Amino acid sequence: MSIAPLPVPALTVQHLTVAYTRAPVLWDVSWTAPPNGLVAIVGPNGAGKSTLLKAVLDLVPRLSREVRLFGLTLDQARRRIGYLPQRASVDWDFPATALQVVAQGRYPRVGWLRPLPRAERERARAALAEVGMAEFADRQIGQLSGGQQQRVFLARALALEADLYLMDEPFAGVDAATERAIVEVLRRLAAEGRTVIAVHHDLATAPQYFDHVLLLNVRAIAAGPMASTFTAENLARTYGGRLSLLERAVAAAQAGTRPAPPP
Amino acid sequence: MTVADALLFSAGYNAAVVALGCAAFGLAAGALGCFVLLRGRALIADAAAHATLPGVAGAFILAALIGWDVRALPLLLAGAGATAALGVVLVNALAGGGRIRDDAAMALVLSIGFGIGVVLMSVVQSLPVGGQAGLKGFILGQAAGMSAADAQLVGALAVLALLLVGVLFRPLAALCFDRGFAAAVGLPVRALDLALLGLMLAVTVAGLRAVGLILVVALMVIPAATARLLTERLEAMVPIAGGVGAVSAWVGAALSATLPDLPTGATITLVACALFLAALLFAPRRGALAFAARQAMLSLTVARDHALRAAFEAAERAPGATHRWVELGRGAGWSRWQRAVLPRWLAAAGWVRAEGERIALTDAGLALARDLTRRHRLWEHYMQAAGGLGPWAAHRAADEVEHTLPPEVAREAEAWLRRNDPARLPAEGALPAPGEAPTAPR
Amino acid sequence: MTQFLQLDLAAMLAATFACLVCGLIGNLLLLTRQSLLGDAISHAVLPGIVLGFWVSGSRAAPPLVAGAMLAAVAAALLIALLRRLTRLEAGAAMGVVFSGFFALGIVLIEVSGAHAVDLDVDCVLYGQLEALIWPAASGPGSLLDPAALAEFPAETTTLAVVLLLTLALLAAFWKELRLACFDPDFAQAIGFAPRRMSLLVLVLVSVACVAAFWAVGSILVIAALVAPAAIARLLTDDYATQFGLSAVAAVAMGAGGYWVAALAPAAFGLGHGLNAAGMIAVVAGVLLAVAWAAGPFGRRRRLALAGGSD
Repeated sequence: MSIAPLPVPALTVQHLTVAYTRAPVLWDVSWTAPPNGLVAIVGPNGAGKSTLLKAVLDLVPRLSREVRLFGLTLDQARRRIGYLPQRASVDWDFPATALQVVAQGRYPRVGWLRPLPRAERERARAALAEVGMAEFADRQIGQLSGGQQQRVFLARALALEADLYLMDEPFAGVDAATERAIVEVLRRLAAEGRTVIAVHHDLATAPQYFDHVLLLNVRAIAAGPMASTFTAENLARTYGGRLSLLERAVAAAQAGTRPAPPP
Repeated sequence: MTVADALLFSAGYNAAVVALGCAAFGLAAGALGCFVLLRGRALIADAAAHATLPGVAGAFILAALIGWDVRALPLLLAGAGATAALGVVLVNALAGGGRIRDDAAMALVLSIGFGIGVVLMSVVQSLPVGGQAGLKGFILGQAAGMSAADAQLVGALAVLALLLVGVLFRPLAALCFDRGFAAAVGLPVRALDLALLGLMLAVTVAGLRAVGLILVVALMVIPAATARLLTERLEAMVPIAGGVGAVSAWVGAALSATLPDLPTGATITLVACALFLAALLFAPRRGALAFAARQAMLSLTVARDHALRAAFEAAERAPGATHRWVELGRGAGWSRWQRAVLPRWLAAAGWVRAEGERIALTDAGLALARDLTRRHRLWEHYMQAAGGLGPWAAHRAADEVEHTLPPEVAREAEAWLRRNDPARLPAEGALPAPGEAPTAPR
Repeated sequence: MTQFLQLDLAAMLAATFACLVCGLIGNLLLLTRQSLLGDAISHAVLPGIVLGFWVSGSRAAPPLVAGAMLAAVAAALLIALLRRLTRLEAGAAMGVVFSGFFALGIVLIEVSGAHAVDLDVDCVLYGQLEALIWPAASGPGSLLDPAALAEFPAETTTLAVVLLLTLALLAAFWKELRLACFDPDFAQAIGFAPRRMSLLVLVLVSVACVAAFWAVGSILVIAALVAPAAIARLLTDDYATQFGLSAVAAVAMGAGGYWVAALAPAAFGLGHGLNAAGMIAVVAGVLLAVAWAAGPFGRRRRLALAGGSD
């Protein structure tokens, strides 16, 4: 299935600020993702990469936000958005099989209060086959290896049949074979005209896997095509001096209005 | 007997000893509770406390079968301690398999342990000996039925626990503060954890008779939480929690001695809750009222700064200008009470003076306003240069931080600008230029 | 037979229904690692139940449920407020709030005069299964006799209604609840409102606590909530089987516990009956011990299994 290139950007955020309890995690980020292709979000630990995805999806409270997905609000665009959470964010001991997890990706097509029809279950099975996991359909998820678990999550995202995928560290903790398999799937998605925005923290493979990049460290440092943006100078700005003074300033400001932290 | 009698130890020797015993228990529970709380063991203490019931009832049955005195408190407490320790072991065993998490393991041990105790209690009812009625006091506490000897035993246990807490204060503090660090500097953390667990069991068992097994955890958690509101130093927290625990236990026991229908555990817990609520409201730094007052003061200061800055910037354009409050507050979103308080405060502080319907800055007000404006513009420039923010975001961000920052941070920001972007800094003594388009949408 | 119908049927059914309601809902708590929420709510609803009882003067369910929900929500809000103001860890904040609420409930029972009517501290601790009798029964025919059935204890009937309601809700939201329990972030991202689902769970738990209150009291409710799910968890790795097995375990502990309590005294020659609510927890403990020692996922066997199959 292929769709025509989209005229509007897949994702636009403006003045996005997120602060949990102390220093800001994201400060006034404005960014427009390209209409299609593979986009990496790169930055040091604690730079707010995952938070950016979560804020777009309304999973974290934010101070200010203007997010447009295909020019629409999140609620309007929901059916066109796919999400792949971090593997560590769920309890893999949960009593479920690989197929049952992948079938969750079909829930939006089924709707509330209806059991999953057989046809949808077969679509889920097909998605599992796409990531090379067909034979593990009835395996309990806790008995899969890390890479296999990651492929199950990827299959669930594929089952959503979205136009824009937000992926949180799809390559974290996977073996080389899984990494190649995931890259292949991502390339196919891009070839079909879809957009994939993935948090990535392996600087060595980023230029190889992705076409565009957003360099993020609390604020947007640079964004654009990989070749022109992924430069030593920009990386130094991203990984180098954090806004230590600014962070301390905000922490002090907030400490002044809240009870002091525990001893 | 009145409450006053009971409080002042003038209700007879027995009542006085019982009150003292309860107070000693409260002191030990409160003090130890600080460590239990900081080590995150509050709920395992609760599970262990519920698991004492089979021990108490089992010891009673055993004593009845072999003909000992079924009312002997040491025996009953020994049984309680044994099953409580077994409960803790079982929590660890259940959670150790990985399939059942420790939260579920605690809930299981708590409820099933209590259930076994309940069944044994119904066996106790059928035994042909006296004294069954007293056992119910172990569930919800019944200080009224305690003898002086009972109270002395409880007091002795409590004092012993307290002494150990005193001796182990430093290592326990290190354990609760950072277990990894404590291990790294060579403290025997496993032994210390066990010691804390043992002390917790001893205090739990000591409290059974007076407070009851269901609410004994309250006297470990609530005084410690109260002390936490009042201080941040462990050296102060432990005595405060002990004091709160002692007062709660003493007052609660006296109340229930005069109103025998009330289970002692419930009254003691409610007294502790009342102290906790008082601290929650009135604590000088962390209390809700102090918090609200700080917030109100902060928002008022922000409003004042806005007003003075607006007046100063108007005066910059037209020296000697007078102002109207409506103009100064334009776009600042002042609330009704801010509009009411602000003019009085500024006039009383001597920053503005009335000129007919309008107001003007006094010399003092002008100096303060100049200072505030300088600080705001400095922050705007810093946010733009170092933070990479757009003009309106810089203005807003500067607004957020400038009111609460200590002056040395502002000096640091100035130094940073001097090093990295000196063009933004004005000549010595002059004001920085206004930020670019500070009136953009907010 | 008539004696069974008169003295035991209503109580045994009440014990079974109560364990079923709690046991099924308990799965949702156990699978999201919130078992202690059940602990906290079961203690915290007490003042609400007493107030509902006090205001309405009856054991009719709606005022009690309303009071209990009020108390549960108040407790949840207080826990959140305490954590914000005092930075206490969750367990400690829960401990402060639920022990305070429980103490308040106990004192309210004494000062409100509720204990003079029907609600006393014993009921809070042990439940009141023994009070559920059906004197109108005169033989098996009474089960079909509308006049006799009208006299059937309302507590048991209410529990049956609550059980049907619980089953209906669990069936209707089967896939939504599973998704919200497994991966709430993904559920939120694809528009399946996990926050509303967790509110539903909170409401179900407080309804279960009230429903089971008359049967087993407010402490042993925790066993009914957590034990069936924990037993099933040691035996299976399948979501539907988990619910099925927990239902079996709940029936075994409810009906079995009641039967053991009724039969054991005669068998052992004890002069006094055994407490049925306590025995329900004891049976649960035995089942748990068996599942833990012999089940495929008890102890540490699970690790060996996972290692061998990869």
